[in-house]
Amino acid sequence: MFRSHVLICGGTGCHASGSDGVMSALSEEINKNGLEKEVGVVKTGCFGLCALGPIMVVYPEGSFYSAIKESDIPEIVSEHLLKGRVVERLLYRETVSADGIQSLNHTAFYKKQKRVALRNCGVINPENIDEYIGADGYQALGKVLTEMKPEQVIKTVMDSGLRGRGGGGFPTGRKWDLARKLIPDADQKYVCCNADEGDPGAFMDRSVLEGDPHVVIEAMAIAGYAIGATQGYIYIRAEYPIAVKRLRIAINQARDYGLLGKDIFNSGFDFDVDIRLGAGAFVCGEETALMVSIEGNRGEPRPRPPFPAEKGLFGKPTVLNNVETYANIPQIILKGAEWFASMGTEKSKGTKVFALGGKINNTGLVEVPMGTTLREVVYEIGGGIPKGKAFKAAQTGGPSGGCISAANIDIPIDYDNLISIGSMMGSGGLIVMDEDNCMVDMAKFFLEFTVDESCGKCTPCRVGTKRLYEMLEKITSGNGEMEDLDKIKTLCEYIKNNSLCGLGQTAPNPVLSMLHNFKDEYVQHVKDKKCAAKVCAGLLQYSILEDKCIGCTACARACPAGAISGKVKEKHVIDRTKCVKCGACVEKCKFGAIIRA
Amino acid sequence: MKTLAELQAIKEKMQGQVNLRDDDKSVRVVVGMATCGIAAGARPVLQAFSDLVQANNLKDVSVTQTGCIGLCQYEPIVEITRPGEEKVTYINMDAGKAKEVVERHLMRGVVMADYTINSSGMAK
Repeated sequence: MFRSHVLICGGTGCHASGSDGVMSALSEEINKNGLEKEVGVVKTGCFGLCALGPIMVVYPEGSFYSAIKESDIPEIVSEHLLKGRVVERLLYRETVSADGIQSLNHTAFYKKQKRVALRNCGVINPENIDEYIGADGYQALGKVLTEMKPEQVIKTVMDSGLRGRGGGGFPTGRKWDLARKLIPDADQKYVCCNADEGDPGAFMDRSVLEGDPHVVIEAMAIAGYAIGATQGYIYIRAEYPIAVKRLRIAINQARDYGLLGKDIFNSGFDFDVDIRLGAGAFVCGEETALMVSIEGNRGEPRPRPPFPAEKGLFGKPTVLNNVETYANIPQIILKGAEWFASMGTEKSKGTKVFALGGKINNTGLVEVPMGTTLREVVYEIGGGIPKGKAFKAAQTGGPSGGCISAANIDIPIDYDNLISIGSMMGSGGLIVMDEDNCMVDMAKFFLEFTVDESCGKCTPCRVGTKRLYEMLEKITSGNGEMEDLDKIKTLCEYIKNNSLCGLGQTAPNPVLSMLHNFKDEYVQHVKDKKCAAKVCAGLLQYSILEDKCIGCTACARACPAGAISGKVKEKHVIDRTKCVKCGACVEKCKFGAIIRA
Repeated sequence: MKTLAELQAIKEKMQGQVNLRDDDKSVRVVVGMATCGIAAGARPVLQAFSDLVQANNLKDVSVTQTGCIGLCQYEPIVEITRPGEEKVTYINMDAGKAKEVVERHLMRGVVMADYTINSSGMAK
């Protein structure tokens, strides 16, 4: 048995910052010191603090090392693992205080978090089913199959108040109940998992699958038992290679143990899970398009009703839930509906995982009880905004959601509150914007994404989003007119009301909510032809301050358009007809002589 | 696997190990692992404590290392702190004594007086 465990994050974030190299250096160094029988090295899922990767935690002390390099390994092994002296200079600085080293759970980043869906991420080895079982894994499936009737399972999920974590927020228990009852004599039913996480900046589902793949498999088997299905499919994008690999390993291990397959726990219940890879189309995250894609056809949505609970995959009753929704199920079964319902707000129970990104210090993954305010997430857990800049807004729900402005920073985040302020929960991407972000440009950014990802089946979405994008383009290039703002609103409503699926119906949301919350900024772009955040190149003018220019020629040499002229040691000037507004001259000028306004 | 008992067996086998990753425990076993300690044979002592705590699934006990406390001639030294009790310092430890300490002191609360620093006569 090992006396010490070294946990290294093997999630995508830390993988990208070099955790593989650190891990092999560590194993080599441990062998060199003859510690291979005393110290175990475990590759885990995401710890959440992706900004400070690669991350490594040494137990039993619980020392949290961040931003580890391969060259740090010999010191950690010889000092900490061999002699028990923690290498303080490499610790996450928040864990080091005047009173000594404190536990990770007491740092600002973790203390307000409540980990339910992420409870095993960064704790167990996702490629070892025994570790999952050691952390209560498959106990819920055992309980369901030996002690509970399907109706009781559905009632427990219903009573817990769990709502779909993919963004829509439909009550999960009700979904299961419909799939069980609508077509009572169905010869086949299916359980599907939506792991086609497509919002820019969102990586919650990927992290769950990378850190705790068995929880999804266990929950799908429970759902299968509840609705009477024997086959499950996980639809995941091929762009998530680490998650796909760990899922494959997990499914094979579960089959070897008989936790998937025939007659599980001698209960007579059969269930198996297969993976279907998606090619990364955003529309395939929409439930009907997802199922069409699993069937092997081109991923396009179809009108609802009929809903999947009645006519889903291969025309059979189907339950489709998101990864994070499933990740809550086993604990609801084990700890009870009351336990889950005790967290959160009146109509939004439990916790929510957010992927924090944009202008924020602690980029990463956080899980908080529903009803936590945006201020707590941004300033306490997220560590605030870099360089002391002012908070301007946060985008939730990605290209389908809206923004929360500074005025609403103190409202508790839950499904209904977000909708009431014109945003939506979405799957959990949370992109923070500061004073340097232009809200017209941001709306344009999200719309560019939906224009690109529109499947083209229905006209309102295919043509409407494109025309909408062109109107925003017109404004950011300085040609906007006041009537364009009204036209934008009308077109947004039209697209919302007439599109076939969720992609089109929600595509105008970022534009509408930014126009609503930041109308002044739009008017400024149109009337004054100014972009206060200095983002929209078409509205900026570059000029050289005569009294500061010393004639060093650096700017003229940097200008790709040859727009700057002037002799050595004489004042330079910019020819605005030639200027392409790239900003290269500003970066080169050492005297602050070039201004953009 | 066909029964819950089999699942339970794997769970119990793994629990002691996964439990190592919880740093919120009230009983502390600290083994001196400076150069003097290692030279006197502290590593097998540390390993013995760690193995026995996990094998007996003592969930509230953490086994960690520390540096030199200045009594090099008495190494390997092990300090045990239980909540509300005075710290007990064992000296000249080996793996066999470690087993006795785990079984008597950690599991039954009986201090092994013969192995403590008081027995050396130094404290008098």
